[in-house]
Amino acid sequence: MAHILVLAEISRHGHVADSARGLLALASRLGDPIAVVATREPLADDLIARLGSLGATQVYQAQSEQADTALVAPQVEALAAAVATLNPAAVLLSHSFDGREAAARLAVRTGSGVLVDAIDVRTEDGRIIASGSVYGGNYLVDSTTTGMPIITVRPGAIDESAPAASAQVISETVTVDAAKAGMIDSYNDAPEVSVRPELLGAKKVVSGGRGFGSKENFAMVEELADALGAAVGASRAAVDAGYSPQTTQVGQTGVSVSPDLYIALGISGAIQHRAGMQTAKTIVAINKDADAPIFDVADFGIVGDVFTIVPQLIETIKSRSA
Amino acid sequence: MRIVVLVKQVPDTADVRRLDVNNGLLDRDAGEPIVDEINERALEVALRYKDEHKAAEVVVLSMGPENAIKSIRKALSMGADSGVHVVDESLAGADALLTSLAISRALEQTRFDLVIAGNESTDGNGGIVPAMLSERLGVPLLGFLANVEITEAQVSGERQGDDGTVNVHAGLPAIMTVTERFDYARFPNFKGIMTAKRKPVETVTLAELGLDAAEVSSLDRTEVISTAERPARAAGTKIEDDGNAAATLVEFLATNRLV
Ligand SMILES: Cc1cc2nc3c(=O)[nH]c(=O)nc-3n(C[C@H](O)[C@H](O)[C@H](O)COP(=O)(O)OP(=O)(O)OC[C@H]3O[C@@H](n4cnc5c(N)ncnc54)[C@H](O)[C@@H]3O)c2cc1C
Ligand SMILES: Nc1ncnc2c1ncn2[C@@H]1O[C@H](COP(=O)(O)O)[C@@H](O)[C@H]1O
Repeated sequence: MAHILVLAEISRHGHVADSARGLLALASRLGDPIAVVATREPLADDLIARLGSLGATQVYQAQSEQADTALVAPQVEALAAAVATLNPAAVLLSHSFDGREAAARLAVRTGSGVLVDAIDVRTEDGRIIASGSVYGGNYLVDSTTTGMPIITVRPGAIDESAPAASAQVISETVTVDAAKAGMIDSYNDAPEVSVRPELLGAKKVVSGGRGFGSKENFAMVEELADALGAAVGASRAAVDAGYSPQTTQVGQTGVSVSPDLYIALGISGAIQHRAGMQTAKTIVAINKDADAPIFDVADFGIVGDVFTIVPQLIETIKSRSA
Repeated sequence: MRIVVLVKQVPDTADVRRLDVNNGLLDRDAGEPIVDEINERALEVALRYKDEHKAAEVVVLSMGPENAIKSIRKALSMGADSGVHVVDESLAGADALLTSLAISRALEQTRFDLVIAGNESTDGNGGIVPAMLSERLGVPLLGFLANVEITEAQVSGERQGDDGTVNVHAGLPAIMTVTERFDYARFPNFKGIMTAKRKPVETVTLAELGLDAAEVSSLDRTEVISTAERPARAAGTKIEDDGNAAATLVEFLATNRLV
């Protein structure tokens, strides 16, 4: 069976990134999934077991002195070495910050085309095809490449998992040319997030916009999200105003979500916001302006004041579940 | 210090953008062509450096069709000193691999201490051209920055990560990309608009970059196989809040098993 390489990102705290599950699931559809890891020390047994449980039949561990200090370059060297040894039919990476830079740099090394931000992949007539959701989900575009494809996959897009395997380890050493890499000085960890679900891949999302007027008022969005077990999102205007962190921005230049339920509160529904949420199954909007464009895509719209309605919603939902 | 800002002309995200379902290519008539907003923010970083260091030179470089000159002029009117326009018929519909090849050659000819690009373009959402340039040119990339400090010798800043941010640095020459954490750009003023017309813009073709058709066609290519338009969403129920809207909404959610 054809080898399919997956870049498994390892967080600096030593966890396998969430993206690995979906990537290995897609890889197992296309062939034999092999996880590639750049690491300073040999991987701990539990990490190898974890990658196996996610479907990796082999783990290609490329050890590099610079794995913790050089930006992305160790991952590129690891992938380039694995491609040279294993001659894969495709390489899959997350469309994350590190993932796409690694994909781009690998593509120059191997002279390959990159298919970006895929939400699905398949094999057809011997060719590997990636599907993308383009222009805010208005188009579904299938594409392929003339040589070995390098594919970045949208975080949170894949629900399935690969059958568990027991992973064999291949160890290599790679060297990084530090003069050609950005260098990592230190980390600023994100504040420990609550039990709230992650926005990417969430089944329910409650988003707030500039209509809330202040960070204090925006807490109402979070309260409703918690009552529903939903993730919190925001418009760019709410992020720009500092009501919510940048990582919560939904839209053209933020994240794209396709949840079962999307609730837009005090959000006008600019085309760039809709680009990130209009593929949700059910959309609910509350806005005091009856002409707000968000109502054009809402399955259920309420013309009214968020400061009146949201507290009532929280109370009603809480009393139902009590 | 010579700073090159990479500016891509894209269809305005405020307009409805269309793909031709027959070939998957952008319908150039749908969406006013403008400078991608993220590239204006990139230019602003360069212009602020120039405000502080009068000797600095800011060059804008764009690869695109004839009418991309409009975006180069806009950047010149905001304060850039000169422009480079990479334009060639065989670059129409170029993918990232080819785009990065052409731009990397143009950057070698133009020379630079620092290249500033956007983290991703709004018409492709790739975010891969700058990393390809870094690999082709053999210079470090600091991508997805939230802020930056530029000195004569190095560039440093905070890079966005999946669980927090990372403090990074690189010696010059280097490439950096900005995210929306950077400020909106200044508007062109009257003097800027008047002088922009006289500022030099160099036009370069593939041949002038030392690339021939054979080399271009030997590259692996990405190909669109099919393009399907998703049916537009229809608006559903809309009610005025009469005091009971919250209760009605919870009923709606319950009926649809969403609560
Ligand atoms: C290149 C580019 C990329 C962009 N990317 C994104 C993106 O990724 N995501 C994004 O969201 N935007 C994006 N934008 C910005 C977008 O154009 C809008 O400016 C933004 O979405 C507006 O946010 P908003 O709806 O919160 O604010 P506004 O447009 O100001 O709307 C606020 C809404 O709240 C309503 N309101 C006010 N008070 C109340 C109340 N008490 N009760 C009920 N309703 C109330 C108002 O009627 C109004 O409709 C982008 C723009 C550009 C140019
Ligand atoms: N054709 C182009 N001309 C100039 N700059 C470009 C071009 N394509 C990409 N870039 C630069 O690379 C950044 C990321 O683009 P992309 O990889 O296409 O998402 C853009 O914001 C630009 O700064």
